[in-house]
Amino acid sequence: MRKSFFADNPSVLWFLACLGLFTLGVTVLAEATGAGLISTSFVKTLGKVLCLCLVAVAMDVVWGYCGILSLGHFAFFGIGGYAVGMWLMYARTEAIVIQSLAERTIPPTATELNDAIATQIFGVVGASEFPLIWAFSHSLILQLMMVVLVPGLLALIFGWLAFRSRVTGVYLSILTQAMTLALALYLFQNDSGLRGNNGLSGLQNIPGFEAVPQSVISMGFFWASALALGLGYVLFARVLTGKMGSVIRAIRDDEARVRFLGYHVESYKLFVFTLTAIVAGIAGALYYPQAGIINPAEIAPIASIYLAVWVAIGGRGRLYGAVIGTAFVSLLSSWFTGGGAPNINLGFYTIQWTEWWLVLLGTSFVAVTLFFPGGIGMIFDKLKKGTS
Amino acid sequence: MSTLLELSGVSVSFDGFKAINNLAFQIGEPEMRAIIGPNGAGKTTFMDIITGKTKPDEGRVLWGEKSINLIGKSESQIAREGIGRKFQKPTVFEDQTVRENLAMALKNPRGPFEVLFYRKSADGALRIEALAAEINLTEQLLRKAGELSHGQKQWLEIGMLLAQDPRLLLVDEPAAGMTPAEREKTTEILVEAAKTRAVVVVEHDMEFVRRLNCKVTVLHEGSVLAEGSIDHVTQNPEVIDVYLGR
Repeated sequence: MRKSFFADNPSVLWFLACLGLFTLGVTVLAEATGAGLISTSFVKTLGKVLCLCLVAVAMDVVWGYCGILSLGHFAFFGIGGYAVGMWLMYARTEAIVIQSLAERTIPPTATELNDAIATQIFGVVGASEFPLIWAFSHSLILQLMMVVLVPGLLALIFGWLAFRSRVTGVYLSILTQAMTLALALYLFQNDSGLRGNNGLSGLQNIPGFEAVPQSVISMGFFWASALALGLGYVLFARVLTGKMGSVIRAIRDDEARVRFLGYHVESYKLFVFTLTAIVAGIAGALYYPQAGIINPAEIAPIASIYLAVWVAIGGRGRLYGAVIGTAFVSLLSSWFTGGGAPNINLGFYTIQWTEWWLVLLGTSFVAVTLFFPGGIGMIFDKLKKGTS
Repeated sequence: MSTLLELSGVSVSFDGFKAINNLAFQIGEPEMRAIIGPNGAGKTTFMDIITGKTKPDEGRVLWGEKSINLIGKSESQIAREGIGRKFQKPTVFEDQTVRENLAMALKNPRGPFEVLFYRKSADGALRIEALAAEINLTEQLLRKAGELSHGQKQWLEIGMLLAQDPRLLLVDEPAAGMTPAEREKTTEILVEAAKTRAVVVVEHDMEFVRRLNCKVTVLHEGSVLAEGSIDHVTQNPEVIDVYLGR
């Protein structure tokens, strides 16, 4: 089975080889493990891009293959980030509090300790007690389970309600936008239990690894992100091979016809929607410790729209297209908005890329949609046709 | 021959327009039946009701030995009960190969996890080969369905229908847009299928219906106007009035 799967999908092997090579290259050039030509902050950027690629691959499966234009998958990404962030914040604050109370002659009781941690974390929103959703935050294992369970359950319930009522097309897209908007607005409130618009911060400090420099930690996350992208890619390629892939693509092209073949279309959509949400959650859990901070603005509707733009520019309906589009656009974006691109002086007006980048991105998106529906991935299709 | 499907007292209206009006219909197994009628007679709605696409306002649709009520079941459940449908416009999955199209239709468990862990079997491959031979598409198995001619698409759809191994086939205008030779082949396939199952053919083309050589039901304004052999119904004065014209 394994063997025939890779034999049937040579593009998966090509992808894994490229990813492996890229990872190796970065490792050799990085500060902690090699020549030091790549700074720690750039390693973090690359690691984050890999996580974004993973969520984009999930988006491609749900949109490019199954035809569900979900504009809410970044909500699942954010939930994954919050879930792991809660443990990071709790464990780190606990260590700090224990240290500061260590000088006292009478050791603190468990309640005192708990109150001190809560005050430390929630003082910023005027609270001093742990909300209910932090019940498991002391346990890394439980919070890691949340990374999978919460996005999975949310997608399952949301998808069940939406697909069962046969909401499709643009209406479904609007519904998913509403979902991520509602979640973001809720989290913006101070009493949501997740520190309102302050979000969770200091996530780059990994409890238990205080002595390890960031350059090394960032390499660890970079490798983990690369591994997750590789595994996620293989998982989705497996799902999309054979009969399952056939049915999923058929649902995209004509779901009514698939029903008359005896397939329960809603179950398939629910399967795809939930699986991709879980992978998005995992990608988020790897992303935010590298970003260091998560706040509700991360899951604003625009984030999920970006996701669709990346996939469209890369070429939807091709898993590697999603990766190429995301890597290309998000790296370009950080170059333009980070002040890397020189401003263009037209004499009467200066184009400042930090402002005009969005205009450029929007225009490219429209151009790709109108003139190159296959996106960047189309180039590979042409190459493949040329050689065969 | 036992009764396979029975509709009784079925009515449905859309915005006040009675598309189907107190319709009664029966078909046995095996049997071939042709349904004719002028535009708006309710032929497509009739199929929509049987396949679960449209819910009737009243009436009963009973299926099989146990007389299961089909009303309220979903399209996919009804398809799994053993009712296959071919649409007027050939609807095959153009982006996929002929083999993939047939494999998807092949009678097998339909749940997502069963399909995810489905393994190609020699048995299934043989069945696909046999079907492809039957519908003249052996050479085309690896081509995308979108590249086929109109007639070949029609056959592929019939092939997918047969792959489902249904007990009842509902076929909407199978000969539309076909050359005479293709029509002949289509007739052959349908007559062969009707030896072991129930086949309902909706058709406009009288010549084609005559060649099927079966019982004919004439629909008019949502109910049955006449039933019998083709010669019997074409001589019925009412039928001549509403449908054939003088």
